[in-house]
Amino acid sequence: METKRLIIVAVGGQGNLLSSRILGEAALLSDVPVRMSEIHGMAQRGGVVESAIVFGDAKSTIISDGEADLLVGFEPLETMRALNRCNAGTTVITSISPLSPFTVTIGRGTYPKLSKIKEMISTKTKKLIAYDAAAVAKEAGSVLSVNVVLLGSLIQTEVLPISADAVKEAIQKRVKPAFVDMNLGAFELGFNAAAGAGK
Amino acid sequence: MHKLLENQTGKQVLLLGNEAIARGAIEAGLSMAATYPGTPSSEISLNLFQMSRESNLYFEYSTNEKVAMEMTAAAANSGLRSMCIMKHVGMNVAADAMMTLAYVGVKAGMVIIVADDPFMFSSQNEQDSRYYAKLSGLPMLEPSSVEEAKSMMSYAFDLSEKLKEPVIFRTTTRINHSTAVVTYNDIPERKTKGNFVKDPFNLVTVPAISRKLHIKLLENMDTACEIGSTSEYNFIEGDGTLGIICNGVSYSYVCDAIADLDQTDKIKILRLGLSHPMPEKPVKDFVKSCDKVLVVEEGEPYMEEAVRSLAQEEGLTISIKGKGKELFSRRNEYDPGLVRGMIAKYFGIDYEAPEVPDLSDLPEMPQRPPTLCAGCSHRATYTAVKKAAEGMDTVYPADIGCYTLGFLPPLQMGDFLLCMGSSVGTSCGFAQATDQKVISFIGDSTFFHSGIPGLVNAVFNKHNFTLVIMDNSTTAMTGHQPHPGVDMEELNMPDFGRVSIEAMVKAAGVEHISVIKPFNIKKSVATIKEALEFEGVSVVISREVCALYAKALKKPKRNVFMVSDKCKNHKNCVNELGCPAFFLHEGRVNIDPDICVGCSICAQVCPEHAIRPLK
Repeated sequence: METKRLIIVAVGGQGNLLSSRILGEAALLSDVPVRMSEIHGMAQRGGVVESAIVFGDAKSTIISDGEADLLVGFEPLETMRALNRCNAGTTVITSISPLSPFTVTIGRGTYPKLSKIKEMISTKTKKLIAYDAAAVAKEAGSVLSVNVVLLGSLIQTEVLPISADAVKEAIQKRVKPAFVDMNLGAFELGFNAAAGAGK
Repeated sequence: MHKLLENQTGKQVLLLGNEAIARGAIEAGLSMAATYPGTPSSEISLNLFQMSRESNLYFEYSTNEKVAMEMTAAAANSGLRSMCIMKHVGMNVAADAMMTLAYVGVKAGMVIIVADDPFMFSSQNEQDSRYYAKLSGLPMLEPSSVEEAKSMMSYAFDLSEKLKEPVIFRTTTRINHSTAVVTYNDIPERKTKGNFVKDPFNLVTVPAISRKLHIKLLENMDTACEIGSTSEYNFIEGDGTLGIICNGVSYSYVCDAIADLDQTDKIKILRLGLSHPMPEKPVKDFVKSCDKVLVVEEGEPYMEEAVRSLAQEEGLTISIKGKGKELFSRRNEYDPGLVRGMIAKYFGIDYEAPEVPDLSDLPEMPQRPPTLCAGCSHRATYTAVKKAAEGMDTVYPADIGCYTLGFLPPLQMGDFLLCMGSSVGTSCGFAQATDQKVISFIGDSTFFHSGIPGLVNAVFNKHNFTLVIMDNSTTAMTGHQPHPGVDMEELNMPDFGRVSIEAMVKAAGVEHISVIKPFNIKKSVATIKEALEFEGVSVVISREVCALYAKALKKPKRNVFMVSDKCKNHKNCVNELGCPAFFLHEGRVNIDPDICVGCSICAQVCPEHAIRPLK
C-alpha cells in the first residue's frame, strides 16, 4: 500500500496525542497499516508536541525532513516552524489561532504576522487549509476540541485512505463517553470548515 | 479492567511501545517488578503499577534504580520471574548491583530494561547502555519494533532461565514512544510466592567464591554466544553481496531504505536482536559472503568494532564501516532519510534526496522552550531565594526534575548539574573550593533517590551551604509517580508507609532546618535569610503541591488574579517571573484567567499592588 506520512504539531495541552490515537484507531478499524511515534517528554510544560504517523507499508515510525505528505498544525507559529518537514507536494492544515510563547511575553522575540505565516506556508507547499480552529472548537462546545476539529479537516482532504465513518467510530472508542457527542460535532464542523476553506 | 490484563488471545490492539513491553512481561508470567521512573521508560512502570492495583502482580516504585535492581534480583533468586525498569542513566545507579549479580546469577527469569535516549529528548546525556552488557557479561536483547518489543519479552525470560543470568533488554526512545498494532497472546497463571534456598558458597560474593563465579559467568557467555548463533532474533534478510548489519530501531530505517532504493536483490541485512555476546559465527559467515559491509547503529560503534575484530580473526580485509566523518555520527538519533542517503552513498547507488523547501526567507521565529507551569511552586521558591540572597556572590547547584527548568531566563536559578542527587554532593565541593555562597536545589523525589548520602557527608565533613528541598508531594517530571514522602492515603492507597523529609534531615544531623510555604514570599524570604546566615549545613524545605498534580487530585481551586488599572506597567511580574499565564496586549500585561491558578506570586512582586484577585 502506498505510504502516506503525516506530521501533527501542537503546543503541550492541545490534545495532539489524543488526535493521533484516534487516527491510529481509525486506521486499525480500516485495515490500513499504521505506525506512529511521538515526542512528549515535556509536553505538559508548554513545549511543542510532535507526532509522526505513517500509514501504509513502511516500517519506520518517524518522518524525515522534507518527507511529510501532510502537516497538521494546531498553532500557526508551530506549523510554520515545521515547514522543514514538508516539500512542494505537501498539504498543510493549520489553525490560525495563535498561542503566544512566553518568550514573546518576556520580550525575547516577536510573534510573526499571521498573514506572513500563511503566505510562507502556501508558497512552499502544495495546498494550505487555514482557519481559526479554536473558534470552530468553541462553536462545537469547547476550545479543547481543536484537535478533533482539525481531524475533520484532515479527513475532508481525502489524502489519507481513511473514511469519516472510521474516524467517528474511533472517536466513540477513544474519547471519554461524556465528551463523545461534542467531539463528533467538532469533527463534523472541522470537516465542513475544510470544504469551505479549500474553495 | 486494565486493557493490558485482558486475556483475549489474538486480539489486535494499538499499543505504545512501553505498553507492549508491559504486556509482553505479563504474557511471560511476570511476578514482581520494581523501578525508579525515568523517560523514556516511564509508561512501562505506570502500566505495571496500575495492573498491580487490580491483580496479584507485585510492583513497586523503589527509591532508586539500585534498590529496584536489588529487589528484583532477590525475587529472581527466590524463584519468581522479575523485572526492573530504568532509563539509561538509571543503569549507572544500578550498575554496582548488576555487575556482581552477573556473577551470582538467578534462579527464575529476570529482565533488566534499560531505555536509552539518543538525541536526549529528555535526558542529560546520550550514553549507549549496550556497553553495560559488555562490561557485565550479561546477554542483551534489542527489539526493532513495538510488536517485537512484546514478543521478545517471553524470549528474554526464557533465555534468562536457560542461562541462569539476568538479561538486559535495551530499547531506545523510538521503541518506547512509538505506537503500532500488536496481537495479544495468553496470559499465564502468575506465581506469587517463591522460596529462597540457602547456598552461601554460590551466593555470598567474598573473593574466593567470586573467583569461582567469574569462571561460571565466562562459561555462560560462551553458551549465550552459541545461542545467539541460532537465535530467531539474529536473522538475515534479502540477497546480494552488499551487507548491512543493524540493530534496534535502525533495522526499520534500513528495511525502508532498501525498499525505497529498490535494492532488495543487491543488499542483504543481518539484524542482531541478541546482540551481546556478539554471535560470532553468523557475523563471520555474513561478512565472508559480502564485498562491502555497512554497520547501521545509533550511538557508539558497539557492533562495528566487534564486527571488524571478528573479520580480522578470519583474515577478511573488505571495507566494514559505520561511524565516520563522511558516514554516521555517534550523536543524535537516525531517521529514514538519513539512513537512505548513507546507504546510497556508501554503496554507490544513484539517489537524489527529496527536495526540502528553501526556508531562508522565513521570518524569525520565537522559541517555545518548555517552562515551569503557571502556579508552579518552584517559581515561587526560586523567587524567594533570589530575593533572600540579593547582593550575595552565589553558586546554585541544580538537580534533576521540573525545577531544572529554573535555570532559564528570567529566573536563572541553576548553575551546575550532573545527575540525580548531584546538587548535594557538588554543594560540598563548591562550598569547600570557594568562598561563594552555595545554595542548592533538590526535589523531594530526587532527595530520596540519591540526595541523602550527600547530605550526611556534608554534616560529617562540616561543609557550609544551604540545601533547599522543593517538596511538591510527587515525582512531577515523569508523570506524578509516588515516592516515600507522598501521602498515599490521600490517593486511597492506605497500604503504604510514609517517610518524613524533616525527620530524615534531622536524623542526618542537620542543625538548622526550616519549612516554608513558598506562596507567601515575604515570610519565605525572611526564613531563607536566617538559613543563609547559619554557618554550616542548613536545610529549607519548601512545601507546596505541584500545580498539575493538584489539578489531577481535584484540589479546591484558588481565586485567579487580574491586572487592575493601577498597573503602571513596570512589568516586574513578567520580567521576574515569566509565568505562562501572562500575555501582552498593546504593550500592557494581562493575565489569562484560563491559565492562572491563583498562586498570587505576581501580586506579591508588583510594586503598585495592581494585581488583584478576579472577582
